[in-house]
This record gives sequence, structure tokens and C-alpha cells, in this order.
Amino acid sequence: MSDRALGAPVRVDPRGPRFAAVLTTVVLVVVLATGSGPLLAAQAVVFALGAGLGLRRAPYGWLYRRLVRPRLGPPQELEDERPPRFAQAVGFTFAAVGAVGYLSGATWLGIAATALALAAAFLNAAFGYCLGCEIYLLVVRARARLGQAAR
Amino acid sequence: MSDPTGLIVAVVVLAAATVFGLVRARRDGRLRAGRGDAGLRLSSGELGESLGDRATLVQFSTSFCATCPGTRRLLLDVASGTPGVRHVEIDAEQRLDLVRHAEVMRTPTVLVLDRDGRVVRRASGPPTRDEVVSALELATAS
Repeated sequence: MSDRALGAPVRVDPRGPRFAAVLTTVVLVVVLATGSGPLLAAQAVVFALGAGLGLRRAPYGWLYRRLVRPRLGPPQELEDERPPRFAQAVGFTFAAVGAVGYLSGATWLGIAATALALAAAFLNAAFGYCLGCEIYLLVVRARARLGQAAR
Repeated sequence: MSDPTGLIVAVVVLAAATVFGLVRARRDGRLRAGRGDAGLRLSSGELGESLGDRATLVQFSTSFCATCPGTRRLLLDVASGTPGVRHVEIDAEQRLDLVRHAEVMRTPTVLVLDRDGRVVRRASGPPTRDEVVSALELATAS
């Protein structure tokens, strides 16, 4: 409750992002198997919606609430929405680069970017491990170092 | 589906990620004597908070860290039940100086300090209660 008083951000059922990661994993495997640029572009849009609107209003979150959550019962605890939302933004970057690769004929770029996104999605789905969140501190460190070097 | 490259890449990625995930799950949150931690010492001045009389649990967190709140609850609970032990949470983004000094690569990272601020144990990832308790025993033994 004290969290609320401090203006804490939205809290979500942690099984929602996990479910989304499972669907994302399946989609990305299909992308790699078929080399479909349009499918990867669609996944990029899904990532963008998750990052921009929040996971609950993104397509996979909606599916989770409509189809999965009613069968599971209420969550044991809620988690901060910001880490998974940040991970969606990271996912969007890779999916967008990959889609540009596939659609422009640079298939190697499509495969490489999709492979990285698949690794992250699968680690989240199978182990609950948020690669995007882990990388965040390294990004902040690197940015600060670059900032120093520029001065 | 003439070119199998993508499918092969998918299989390799899934296999590699599985190995990584399993190794990581085993190592995550283990409180160990860090390789570069011999001689590493944090003062209350650097932390911006006073040290515990007997030991201090220093937690590095960011806002984009899914497991940090759970670790905070655990450490606060252990600290409040152990006399002379304080929990200090550092916002890694605000304190990049301390992040570099202590070689923190990810969050949560937990450092267990003895009464003089020497780093006795370190965990990358969320530690378990048993691990924290035994690390505290070690830190307060001296």
C-alpha cells in the first residue's frame, strides 16, 4: 500500500508477460522457419503496442486475460509493469531490424535479429528470465561512459 | 521452405538458450566470495547511509528490474529480524560511481558487508533466504 502512496507504477499479473513470451517464442520460430518478413513485422507491431500501451492492452495480454487468466485464478503477487514493458521495447528494436532485413532481401540480417529476439523470448518463457531487464544496467553504464568520453 | 538455414538457426538458438538458462538458474543469486572483492570496502560515506553495527546488506536495484522488489522484501525482512544488520538499497542508475567501484553488472546485486564495510559475499541475481542468513553469519563472525 505504501507503494501506492509513492506514486508507484502499474502492477500486473506476472503470468501475463510470461504467457506473451510463450506466444512470442512460437511466432519467432515460425518466422525463422518460413523466413516471413510480414509475420515478423506483425510481431514488431505487437512489441510496439506492448511497449507503448502496456502489456495488458497489447494483443497477447488481451488473449491472456480473455482465455488464460479465467482458468488460473487470481495471481499470488503482482509485479511492476516497467521491466516487461522495457523488454517489449528491446524486442521491438530487434523485430523491426529483422523485418527490414527480410523484406529488403538481406535475409542474413532478418535471421540474425530474429535469432536474438528468439533467445530473449525463450529465456523469458522457459525460465522467467528477463534478458532485456538484465541488459538495462549495462546500457546505462555504457551510455554514461560514452557521455564522459564525449566531454 | 527451400532454405533450411532459418530453421537450423532456430533449433541452435533454443538449444543454446536452454543450456544458458539451466546454468544461470543454478548460479543465480548464489552468495559467493567475488573474485575481485578481496580488499573491496564500502564506507558509509560512499553508500550515503550508515553501516549496520554488525553487518550491512547492500542491494543494487534499477526500476527495470523484475526481481528487485522481491529481493528488497526478503532483505528487509532478514535485516529487521537480525540485530545490528541494516539493509541499504542503492539506485544503480543514480550511483554509477558506486556501480563501477563495486563492479556491478546486473541487478539485483547483493553485497554482504561486515561491520567495517568489507565485502564478504556477493550475489548476482536474487538470493535465497538461507543463503543470506548464512552469509550474514559469516560476516558477523569476525
